[in-house]
Amino acid sequence: MLTQLTHDIATVTRRRALAATAGLVMGLAASSSFSPAQAADDTIKVGILHSLSGTMAISESTLKDTVLFMIDEQNKKGGVMGKKLEAVVVDPASNWPLFAEKARELITKDKVAVVFGCWTSVSRKSVLPVFKELNNILFYPVQYEGEESERNVFYTGAAPNQQAIPAVDYLMKDEKVKRWVLAGTDYVYPRTTNKILEAYLKSKGVAQEDIMINYTPFGHSDWQTIVADIKKFGSAGKKTAVVSTINGDANVPFYKELGNQGIKAKDIPVVAFSVGEEELAGIDAKPLVGHLAAWNYFESIKTPANEKFIKEWQAYTKNPKRTTNDPMEATYIGFNLWVKAVEKVKSTDPDKVIDALPGIETANLTGGTAKVLPNHHITKPVYIGEIKANGQFDVVWKTPAEVAGDAWSKELPDSKDLVGDWVGKKCGNYNTKTSKCLGSGS
Amino acid sequence: MTPHILTRSLDRAAATFILIVAALGILIPLSNLLLPQGSMFQVPTYLVALWGKYVCYAILALSIDLIWGYCGILSLGHGAFFALGGYAMGMYLMRQIGSRGVYGNPLLPDFMVFLNYPKLPWYWHGFDMFWFAALMVLLAPGLLAFCFGWLAFRSRVTGVYLSIITQAMTYALLLAFFRNDFGFGGNNGLTDFKDILGFNVQAEGTRCALFLLSCLALIIAFVICRAVVSSKLGKVLIAVRDAESRTRFLGYRVETYKLFVFTLSACMAGVAGALYVPQVGIINPSEFAPGNSIEAVIWVAVGGRGTLIGAALGAVVVNYAKTYFTSGPLAPYWLFMLGAMFILVTLLLPKGIIGTFNSWRDKQRSAAIEADKESAAREDGIGEPNPAE
Amino acid sequence: MFANCIDRFRALFLSILLLSCFVLPAMAGPFEDSVAKFANDEFSDTEDAVGEIASSGNPLASPIISALQDGRLSADPDSKKVFITQPDGKIIDAATGAAVDKLPDNAAAVRLNNRLRRTVDAAVGGLTLMSSDPAKRLSAAQSVLKSHEESMLPTVDSALAKETNKSTRQALAEGRAAIILFKSDASDSDKLDAVAVIKARGDQEALALLTSLDAGQPPLVAKAAASAISSIQSNLALWSTVQNAWYGLSLGSVLLLAAIGLAITFGVMGVINMAHGEMVMLGAYTTFAVQEVIRTSYPGLFDYSLLIALPLAFLVAGGIGVLIERSIIRFLYGRPLETLLATWGLSLVLQQAVRTLFGPTNREVGNPSWMSGAFEVGQITITYNRLWIFCFTLAVFAILLAMLRYTALGLEMRAVTQNRRMAASMGIATSRVDALTFGLGSGIAGIAGVALSQIDNVSPNLGQSYIIDSFMVVVFGGVGNLWGTLVGAFTLGIANKFLEPVAGAVLGKIAILVLIILFIQKRPRGLFALKGRAVEA
Repeated sequence: MLTQLTHDIATVTRRRALAATAGLVMGLAASSSFSPAQAADDTIKVGILHSLSGTMAISESTLKDTVLFMIDEQNKKGGVMGKKLEAVVVDPASNWPLFAEKARELITKDKVAVVFGCWTSVSRKSVLPVFKELNNILFYPVQYEGEESERNVFYTGAAPNQQAIPAVDYLMKDEKVKRWVLAGTDYVYPRTTNKILEAYLKSKGVAQEDIMINYTPFGHSDWQTIVADIKKFGSAGKKTAVVSTINGDANVPFYKELGNQGIKAKDIPVVAFSVGEEELAGIDAKPLVGHLAAWNYFESIKTPANEKFIKEWQAYTKNPKRTTNDPMEATYIGFNLWVKAVEKVKSTDPDKVIDALPGIETANLTGGTAKVLPNHHITKPVYIGEIKANGQFDVVWKTPAEVAGDAWSKELPDSKDLVGDWVGKKCGNYNTKTSKCLGSGS
Repeated sequence: MTPHILTRSLDRAAATFILIVAALGILIPLSNLLLPQGSMFQVPTYLVALWGKYVCYAILALSIDLIWGYCGILSLGHGAFFALGGYAMGMYLMRQIGSRGVYGNPLLPDFMVFLNYPKLPWYWHGFDMFWFAALMVLLAPGLLAFCFGWLAFRSRVTGVYLSIITQAMTYALLLAFFRNDFGFGGNNGLTDFKDILGFNVQAEGTRCALFLLSCLALIIAFVICRAVVSSKLGKVLIAVRDAESRTRFLGYRVETYKLFVFTLSACMAGVAGALYVPQVGIINPSEFAPGNSIEAVIWVAVGGRGTLIGAALGAVVVNYAKTYFTSGPLAPYWLFMLGAMFILVTLLLPKGIIGTFNSWRDKQRSAAIEADKESAAREDGIGEPNPAE
Repeated sequence: MFANCIDRFRALFLSILLLSCFVLPAMAGPFEDSVAKFANDEFSDTEDAVGEIASSGNPLASPIISALQDGRLSADPDSKKVFITQPDGKIIDAATGAAVDKLPDNAAAVRLNNRLRRTVDAAVGGLTLMSSDPAKRLSAAQSVLKSHEESMLPTVDSALAKETNKSTRQALAEGRAAIILFKSDASDSDKLDAVAVIKARGDQEALALLTSLDAGQPPLVAKAAASAISSIQSNLALWSTVQNAWYGLSLGSVLLLAAIGLAITFGVMGVINMAHGEMVMLGAYTTFAVQEVIRTSYPGLFDYSLLIALPLAFLVAGGIGVLIERSIIRFLYGRPLETLLATWGLSLVLQQAVRTLFGPTNREVGNPSWMSGAFEVGQITITYNRLWIFCFTLAVFAILLAMLRYTALGLEMRAVTQNRRMAASMGIATSRVDALTFGLGSGIAGIAGVALSQIDNVSPNLGQSYIIDSFMVVVFGGVGNLWGTLVGAFTLGIANKFLEPVAGAVLGKIAILVLIILFIQKRPRGLFALKGRAVEA
């Protein structure tokens, strides 16, 4: 068989095959080198890396529209440095390796100046090596578990100390909660957040038997047993609350089951970190009135900036009912920060922009200021909102001032000595005890 | 006459295929490394990585075609073997990070540090050595396939039942690997790789070497598959595919044949996964998703089931289409294109691209032979070796 | 905090009682001031106002508080005036009771948070324990058990003396027992009686009351409480088995509903229909569309929305099913694995079509009133939506079975699937039967979507989450046998629910999958295998 094959290789019309292959390679090279050549010099390209299909499309497609909307608004104002912005949209299709592939394509083929994108940590972790290797900028607009500070990434969503801990504080002080259910989807954000919360609660004197931790798979839809367990756990005579890090899709059946089993917010309140206006638009919110969410932005917050934003957004999407939410505000902030930084250094060169960003300030939509910190996180106010019957939130508590995002949690033993400082130390994980930069320095 | 022509043409096609893959494997890296950046004919690095991915998928498709096209075993869980091979390689790459992780822990990968693992779980030991990891790339999928196949083929689970339980297998593995307690990094999987065998995985040279290796692996996998299907063993497999009971009554131990080819195919899928991971830079449980395995079967169907070359071609064509459609103005509509492509291929090209091409050419050939028997016979005689059998 | 605020308004109650005794009763000032506090839009002021008003004895107190509870109380921050929108739509000034034509433009509903809601409930409880409406009295009596405030004892006693309704008496007695249990100066014998009453209640809340009893109890009481706790616990453990069984049945019915259409298209026709989940999704979106129309045009019909959606969903999904069969599937008979590929492509197209048409986000499908809420049987909670889905599934199953057995179409379907050529020779139009069978399977998937829209997301991904489970059910039960599908679904549902408390949701599911794989080794053709020549096909 093998001799036969080698013989064939010898006798086959080699030239034709080789020529075909060479043609293919050249074609490949040529096809890839065309598009940058076509790019006009008077535009700046902005990459949008959000899933438009697959399971994450539910959350991410709104953010694609947000970036397009921001670009549109900016172009109406004359663009950036006199150049128009041009959006390059790709669809990573909720497929993590595809995120990395598309990021590479955006940076090398389309030569974008900056990328807005990703949702969930795994997509960010997947593209991280690409951004480091090709030295570009990613703005990540979603709340996440922290424990990261990279030179090429700017985190405009909340770190755990900007969302989880204030929410727990509120429940402890205002609702006198003594017993805690930490329910989450089994992935890294809930795991880390719950670890931080557990350490924090214990430091506040909560006993181990008063904390119940529960993990469910993605898209879990049968909540009967777990809701019954929560009910049981909550009837031990101490005020109980649920801290939910349940992700996206699983929330609707969870809240429906809660409502149907008669768990009222005044008995066992649920505070969620991943449920916003967009998620509530898919549920009948009446049985959920009084349950809580902690975010850095709510659509219902009445400030002139927010009202203007909502009005223009609804006009842009031609949908007078279109909601806004926290990751949208994070995208809005990220976009404005990038524009300011580019205008400050008069260049879109990633190195210059990255160095210019820390210290840049921009107004957020709730009347405060978002400032980029040396650890590439930003300052954000924290709001606790109660769900209203119309699917909006009623702010019941807020932090007196903006909270600075911690890249490394102070509650975890392994990260309490770490800081991210890309200004002075040029290091994302600087150990203050040993005065050494670990691993991912510049 | 006709079988003779068929064998010959297939072998010529096989040789051409090998030659094209080899040429791609050499020319693309050469063009990438030697030609100046930005030159018309330079293949950019991102395309090298992309084509590396396609080649890995082609190996996976070959492994599916071997069992589906030639033995009639429709596995809808082959992604599981691919992912297991990938995880074995990923674990090696994780251990190579050493103290360069964000917490600077020399022993534990980052995710273990923040999930409070006191020490390395026992099943992670040994993966700091490349030979061990390479062995595991073959052993982990191979063993799973052996156990699974031993159970299933012995109890004569066939047809859709087998397909559905392979789905159950990959789905169960998906759920298991999602669990953070399982010790494989949960949903985030394994990522942030630095070195492979001492070379930086992100360096252009390493990428080109990996691409070359993938092409080499594709050629080897192809030669193995060809050797299997054109041997006597292959004839038995085809007999099993076409009439399992009859083959059994003829005295063949059908289970043994099936088990052998199923395990071989799983090992090939594992190698594909192992080559895939350093090139895409991440392995995570979504590779186990049942949908991925179904899609891999579709590549084979698009290219042409039972043709081997078609399987590889199908993998490249479908994935190229996916890459092409997911960017640019068509991005929101790409699923329409992909879905329509699957439907149309099934309806209009039931034998796949290569299968249809082959039967079209055979028709042409036999027409030509009918028309001019003499000249055909003469041409046949010139310098052509006799087929092996 | 809670006890604190009750204390506070107890003190207020006394002082206002004193005031109203010695000063002129017509004095309106403090009440108006209290009411005006609602307009400050501060939770602490609202809390003060509730306390003051509840203890004012003013006839407007009860309407104000219940309006606040229902979100009908609004305040004008500028004029500090507060208004009640009465249930019949009339508006009155909360401070004076005078009728008002319309709300001022900048009046906004007075906001509540959870703490305030509890305060309001307690206040309402005090005010409605003597209400003429028995339902209100019952809920007030039940709230006594939760709050067990010592200060309520005299009110509870007087209410108990007057109460005639049996269940309200029971609730009041239990509430009274709870108060005595926590009353520091109650006698031992009273406390022992109280423990007995609570023990007789025997539920989660009784357990909560007894376990939260502080340590400083007399030994006799502590002993009685401990024995009551253990007896309640063993009772509850028994009930939790029943509860798991019910959850299992409920999950099983969802699985069955999702799989039953597939049992026809896949089980009977042999088409590996990967687009089955998308048919379910289409049914759910039909429900959404029906509800949208009803919401905008005929809000009164909302409770019937599901009934209207059912036939429509059947027609939409069934019609699309027939279309698919005529345009794609019919070319692929005898090549089952190719149907897998084509229908997979089709599922991608349908998903994206829905995503383009309705948007990628979840759509709201409301529960009609008869599908919301729950009732208690013994110590388990049964939610109405699950119960209805359970009944609905059985009904669909029965109708389908009857249809296959007793109608001409059913007969033809069975004939065609068992022996196509023979059926054709007998004069059956096989291609028409194929189209109708596929349409029937798809239509049933569509009505499954109507039911599933009540418990799950209505999103383009809806179908994906059911497809694997559906295939497992059909294969586990035995392809080609509807009874197999029924038994398979309930077996998997119940097994899952008994594993879940032990192993957790994820491990439970993995265990089920491994069990299916092993089971198929034992019975390679499922639970109820078809026998005969059809097997080899």
